[in-house]
Amino acid sequence: MNDASKAHLSPEIVLNQLKKHGVTHVVWLPDSETNWLYLLMKAEPSLTLVAVPREGLACSVAAGLAVGGAVPVVLIQNTGLMESGDSIRGWLFGLEIPVVFVVGMRGWTRHGAPTADTASVYTEPFLNAFRINYYLVESDADADRISLAFNESKKTKRPVAVLVGDEYQFNG
Amino acid sequence: MFSTEDFLKAFKSHRGDAIVVPGRGGKHWVKISDQPDLDLPMGDPAMGGHAAFAFGLAMAQPKRRVVLFDSEGDVQMGLGILLTIAEQNPANFYHFMLDNECYATTGGQPVPNAKNVNYEMLAKGAGYPRTYSFTELEAAVAALPEILGKPGPVFVAMKVHADVENKPIGERVRWRKRSWAQVIGDLQRKIGIAA
Repeated sequence: MNDASKAHLSPEIVLNQLKKHGVTHVVWLPDSETNWLYLLMKAEPSLTLVAVPREGLACSVAAGLAVGGAVPVVLIQNTGLMESGDSIRGWLFGLEIPVVFVVGMRGWTRHGAPTADTASVYTEPFLNAFRINYYLVESDADADRISLAFNESKKTKRPVAVLVGDEYQFNG
Repeated sequence: MFSTEDFLKAFKSHRGDAIVVPGRGGKHWVKISDQPDLDLPMGDPAMGGHAAFAFGLAMAQPKRRVVLFDSEGDVQMGLGILLTIAEQNPANFYHFMLDNECYATTGGQPVPNAKNVNYEMLAKGAGYPRTYSFTELEAAVAALPEILGKPGPVFVAMKVHADVENKPIGERVRWRKRSWAQVIGDLQRKIGIAA
């Protein structure tokens, strides 16, 4: 096994983090990185999956869930995060909703190599413009950063992002 | 078409202990409701999200009825949520839509295809199991026991008069008397999920 294959992110690790932090609902729109995670989440009885057709709607769904006492997480791609700007402002910051975004980083290259996909180019500037703190997760060794995000979100009553910089690798 | 205020006055006696998200009807509802701790008059955090917000609340509180008074402008902006609601099929969700055919808070400009959209058909096509539409107050009020007496999700499109506002924002009377944090805190204490 070379170093690259060791540095994979396992969907089981991510799922365990969601369970550890009491997530009840996953509000999501699929992206190319999340299919393995989807299959695991679907089989997890403690989670309700709520699919939305546009990511901005995930923010207001998550706000309603949180106000009602549930613990949502928003699972989307960086493209959809950027689409969600005004909903993040109004429904999440406005209502002081503690919620973690788990964001697939389309176009991300680990070493900053040039890419024709502009999605990742604008993701961090977008997050900075909205003053959303974020944690990059590229491998199982980074999993504790997901906990940091949940704890920070809960403490600050703000959205916090986990940027997933690798496609999930199925180990089952 | 009929008056939003008149309909909300009639709705009051059918409310029971439902959580009410009054949406664009909020400025009337805050004067009518006698259970403000069960109300979520949010104003307009971000347009297009009221249905998604109220639906999320209904999912989190499945043992309580959640009643939303949405608007056609919001529905147009967040149309896709109708599909999500229909898929999740929350039995406690009652989705009323106030259709005044315009953006009343910005001066009354018409929404796209204002007079020709069949919102009931849109909701039915999205998969809502029960849908209604009303243009007359008497018929809408008469149907309330049936609408609220059966499981949701249900979608009710209603043609209402526009309360057009043309004053500059800074000169308008502020109808929301509680902050978002107060509104949410009051509700959470009332339903027993916060101290």
